[in-house]
Parts: sequence; C-alpha cells; structure tokens
Amino acid sequence: MKDNPFSLWVYLSQSPLLWLTVTLLVYATTDAVSLATRRHPFANPVLHAMWIIGAFLLVTGTSYTTYFAGAQFVHFLLGPATVALAVPLYENRKRVVSSIVPMLVALVAGSVTAVVSVVLLAEFAGLPRDVVLSLAPKSVTAGVAMGIAESLHADPSLAAVAVILTGIMGAIIVTPLMNRTGVTDFRARGFAAGLAAHGIGTARAFQVDEIAGVFSGIAMSLNALVTSFLVPLMVTLLVR
Amino acid sequence: MLASLSLILLCQLIGEAVVRGLGLPLPGPVLGLLLLLVLLLARDRFALLVHGPLRNDGVETASKGLLAHLSLLFVPAGVGVVQKLDLLASHGVAILLVLVLSVVVTLLATVLTFRLVSRLLKQQDIR
Repeated sequence: MKDNPFSLWVYLSQSPLLWLTVTLLVYATTDAVSLATRRHPFANPVLHAMWIIGAFLLVTGTSYTTYFAGAQFVHFLLGPATVALAVPLYENRKRVVSSIVPMLVALVAGSVTAVVSVVLLAEFAGLPRDVVLSLAPKSVTAGVAMGIAESLHADPSLAAVAVILTGIMGAIIVTPLMNRTGVTDFRARGFAAGLAAHGIGTARAFQVDEIAGVFSGIAMSLNALVTSFLVPLMVTLLVR
Repeated sequence: MLASLSLILLCQLIGEAVVRGLGLPLPGPVLGLLLLLVLLLARDRFALLVHGPLRNDGVETASKGLLAHLSLLFVPAGVGVVQKLDLLASHGVAILLVLVLSVVVTLLATVLTFRLVSRLLKQQDIR
C-alpha cells in the first residue's frame, strides 16, 4: 500500500472532473427514469438529480463551492441555450406572429400575477423581509432573478433556489392542472408554463409538445424583460 | 458545428456587451436571442448571408442540440439548495406553500387570459 486510499478521494473530490461527471451521470440516470415513466410529471429529472447530488455532497462533506467548480461548465450553458431559443422561434414565426395579441396581454397579466401573488402570500405567511424580496423574482430564469435580488439588496442565492423550486413545481403541476382546466390550446398552455416556470417549465413543455415548447420559450424571454421592471416597482408598492 | 457554436456565443457576447454598455435592464442572452433571430430572418432575405453556420441548418442543428437537454442546465443552480438548509428548516414549509400557490395562480391567470383574448379576437374575425 503505497498510499492511504483516502488520499485518492481527497484528490478527486477537489477536482472539477469528479463533480462534472457526477452531475452528468446522475442527470442521465434521472432522465432515463423520466423517459421510462413516459415523462411522468413526478419523475422530473431536475428534481431528482438535485436531491441525489445534494445528499451526496452532504454525506461526503463537500462544499457547494467545490461542487460548483465542476458543475459550472454545465451552468454556463444556460446563456447559450437562451440564445438558441431563437431557432424554434424562427421556425414557428408564422404561428407566433398570428398569436401576438393574446401573447402580449397574457404576458402582462401573468407577470403581474406572478410578482404580486408571491409578495402578498409571503407577507401573509409572515416571512422575513429579505426572504420576501428574494422570492419576488422567482418566475424568471436564474441569472435574471439573481440580478434582480442583488439590486434589491436581497439574497441572490436564495433567489436562485426559489427560482429552481418554482420551476420544478411548475413543471410538475402544469400538465395535470391544464388538463383539469380543459384548455387544449398548446400555444396557451406552453406560454403559461414558460411564464410561470421559466426554463424548467420550457424544458417540460418541449417534452409534451413542440408548439408548447416554442411558446414557452417566448414567454420565458419576455417575462425576463417585464419582471426586471416590475419587481422593483411592486416591491416599493407592496412590501412594508 | 464549431462555427455554429461560435455564432451562438458571439450573439450572447454582443448581447452582454450592449446590455452592460448601455445599462439596459434586460439579460444579455435575451438580447443575444433577438440578434440570432434577426440574423436568421435576414438570411432569408439576403443571399449574401447564406454562409458558414447560416447555411445547411448549421446553427439550427447546434441550437436544437443545446435545447435537447435544457433541464440538465438547471441542476447545478438547483443543488445550491444545500446552502439554504438552515433557512428551509425554519421557514421551509411556508416558502414551499407560498411558491406552489403562486405558481398555480400564475399558470391559471396566464393560460386563461391567453384563451380569453384569442377567443375574443376570433369572434371579431367571424363578424
């Protein structure tokens, strides 16, 4: 025995390679399970990858900073993936242009509802002020929400967690909820998914229907715009 | 493939630069999305642009590859929940309830508004 076997772990656990591999491997597994259940809402691959990796970090006593040094390569692709949404938008431009009015009205109604409802509910639940502020931008994609939280002197990392939790809940709820409302228009269903649950909702929408995915991607991009203006305004009006 | 990825990154880079430079309140990648969309639309109009990644579905294929695993990209930020276990222990139930109620209300408000407006517009068309 030339070395303590533990030293190999000490070496690997500090390297980006291990955590990048863990992220991809766990996700590949949870995604395969999701596919095997024919994309059942509760088999959401992000949800299960999150807790499995989280538990692994806690058990091995690895800090999130160490983990993120490897996982950042995946995280980075969120930006290029947003740019890439231009392609489905371009390919379905005729349908998008013909639905522009309902889209814009639903955008305003949805964005206002998202911010106002979360702020009022959080105040009603008696959550501390900085938590209320960090939850306010929860319906927009992670990078934008963190920026908004920062400008409000709230907690950007809590904002990011609220964003992901919202996205997962939205992705789980959207299909059963929409089936119950009896809405079969996949433009409307997708638009709602992207507006309320940003990229995770959009990923879900693409699993269900291509048109739903396109409208979800548009809603997510437009909502990022509107919410950036809306949150500071609503916070001054609603937060004590 | 390489040229297509470069084009996507370039759109994002220009988006970030313009947003930072002009202090616009929108995320850089969203401006990058608009830029790529304008490029794709311009390509159909001007034959001059039909080169490299804008030819033979180059950028289209690369983009679809990126979007095929969109959920994966949220995993690293999601694992950040391990840093917030203290807060979740004290306020977790309230936070989860607030988020779940808000997301249901938002989904319903959006989908019903969309349907209502598109139905009103259709009625106008028929008249």
